[in-house]
Amino acid sequence: MATTTTALKGAGPVTGSRSFFTRLRDGDEIARLITLLFATTVVLITAALVWELWVNSALPRQKFGLHFFVTSVWDPIMDQFGALPFIYGTMVTSAVALLIAVPLGIGAAIFLAELAPPRVSDTLQFFIDLLAAVPSVIYGLLGVFIVVPLMRTVIYPALNRPFGYLPIFKGPSYGVGFMTAGIVLAIMVIPYIISVSREVLLSVPRDQREAALALGSTRWESTWKVVVPFAKTGIMGSIFLALARALGETMAVTMVIGNTPKIAASLFAPGYSIAAVIANEFTEATGDLYLQSLIALGLVLFLLTFILNGLARLLIVFTTQKGSEVGG
Amino acid sequence: MMNGRLRWRKFVSNFMLAMTGVCAFVSVLVLFFILGYLFFNGGTSINWDFFTKLPKPVGETGGGMANAIVGSGKILLLASLMGVPIGFLGGVYLAEFSGKGMASVVRYSADLLNGVPSIVIGIFAYSLVVLPFKHFSAFAGAFALGMMMIPITLRSTEEFLKSVPRMLREAAMALGASKWKTIATVIVPAAYRGIMTAILLALARVAGETAPLLFTAFGNRFESHGWSQPTATLPVMIYTYAVSPYDDWHRQAWAAGLVLLGLVLIINILARTILSRGIAVPRS
Repeated sequence: MATTTTALKGAGPVTGSRSFFTRLRDGDEIARLITLLFATTVVLITAALVWELWVNSALPRQKFGLHFFVTSVWDPIMDQFGALPFIYGTMVTSAVALLIAVPLGIGAAIFLAELAPPRVSDTLQFFIDLLAAVPSVIYGLLGVFIVVPLMRTVIYPALNRPFGYLPIFKGPSYGVGFMTAGIVLAIMVIPYIISVSREVLLSVPRDQREAALALGSTRWESTWKVVVPFAKTGIMGSIFLALARALGETMAVTMVIGNTPKIAASLFAPGYSIAAVIANEFTEATGDLYLQSLIALGLVLFLLTFILNGLARLLIVFTTQKGSEVGG
Repeated sequence: MMNGRLRWRKFVSNFMLAMTGVCAFVSVLVLFFILGYLFFNGGTSINWDFFTKLPKPVGETGGGMANAIVGSGKILLLASLMGVPIGFLGGVYLAEFSGKGMASVVRYSADLLNGVPSIVIGIFAYSLVVLPFKHFSAFAGAFALGMMMIPITLRSTEEFLKSVPRMLREAAMALGASKWKTIATVIVPAAYRGIMTAILLALARVAGETAPLLFTAFGNRFESHGWSQPTATLPVMIYTYAVSPYDDWHRQAWAAGLVLLGLVLIINILARTILSRGIAVPRS
């Protein structure tokens, strides 16, 4: 009964005064219970997801403990599993992706929010939304047949010849590697940065722009020194969101990263990422420790994206609320 | 002096604004490049066999992906049957029945589920469905995709139901309709278009998912019957064919890529234009 009384408060003024039995006869109570059942299912599924990941990664937790994260030997035959090469690969590819995607995405978002007439902006946004809908395996397909050859013939010579003395541009290129994966990831996360940043920029109150312009600033100065700082936290949110996507992205990365569990300073070297190793080795994992080590990697991935998504949501909500408070 | 400074500032302004235009242009260009490249490569490799024939044994050229097309259809259907009711009715609960405490728990779970990388959803389906039944199956794949449809359907259903004007509710109740009757006959029909849009977008999103199917539906080079056998799907076929060393498989990967992308984009455009006329599509 306690639950029904709490529900009464939220049920609105119309049903508020009727008794439990009237509502039961009208079917309201039944409808409420049925929908409650389905809503609870969602909570149970999420709880089960976390539980399964935790329980099924118990073996490597007991055997390796925190060493799991700092050892770089991945040897299924000797039952030695260290996650470092994969964590390194995931971090490097995501960093490369953000380095390319953030300036491009924010630039495009500024254009869509500040410069383009609403009609043009909406049309372009429509295309950006479609770009976000392209399946990752398609990006992988294009990565394998376009970016990989391009890497060998154009990008590698262009960077290796003048900058080859830097460790990150040293060594030979096989086409596949950290940088190739980073480029493909960049293309994949740009739409997310654009969509969210555009929304955040649009929520900046008009007076802010007008005040800056009235003080004699140019259009760019009002944008860059007033509007963008105002929307800064929200834009950070969009970057976190993109980072979460990049970390968890599987197919496109698996197809172009080279799948070699090694830590190399050179961006041209082949590597491996957390998601890629799960995708490649999960079906072949023999033995509980091997399988559970892969699931432990999945748990790491889950926790990383969980934290990033939570932060991103906080930042975005914070900014759009600030906009409506100042503006309203 | 002043004049020069002002001219410089104006130059910077125009230059930077032009650069933002270039950024937007480049980003959109990527889409058209992808489309163009796929149409060119896929268009030249697609043929009737692709839709009607089974894959040939390794080494032989020809054959198609009929089994994968059927497999994808089966899995998407079953995934919708699992994901849509949970998402929809859960959304109805959030919008119409919930108290404060329970609602935020449900909402939080849905957002969390929405952010989980698809490969981790695959692990979840593997440990919950594949391990107990001891084999890969269409059902396991559908379970994974269904789980991914839930959060999108749930949050959009809630949003669209809440956007139905209060007056409609009050009018129905003033006529003596009970709450559930009001919901079923007035509120849900009023929000119908928006909800359909959201379901279609959810479907389009999972239609291209590969990672959660790798170790749930697995793959199959033959026709698979029923729901408990390993089943081929278009995205997984694209993956296996693209990373294979055979030219003829590459050709078929392009064809499959074109079919898959066409399908996803058509569902997207349909959802956004026809169904959402007059309603803005909320982003989750």
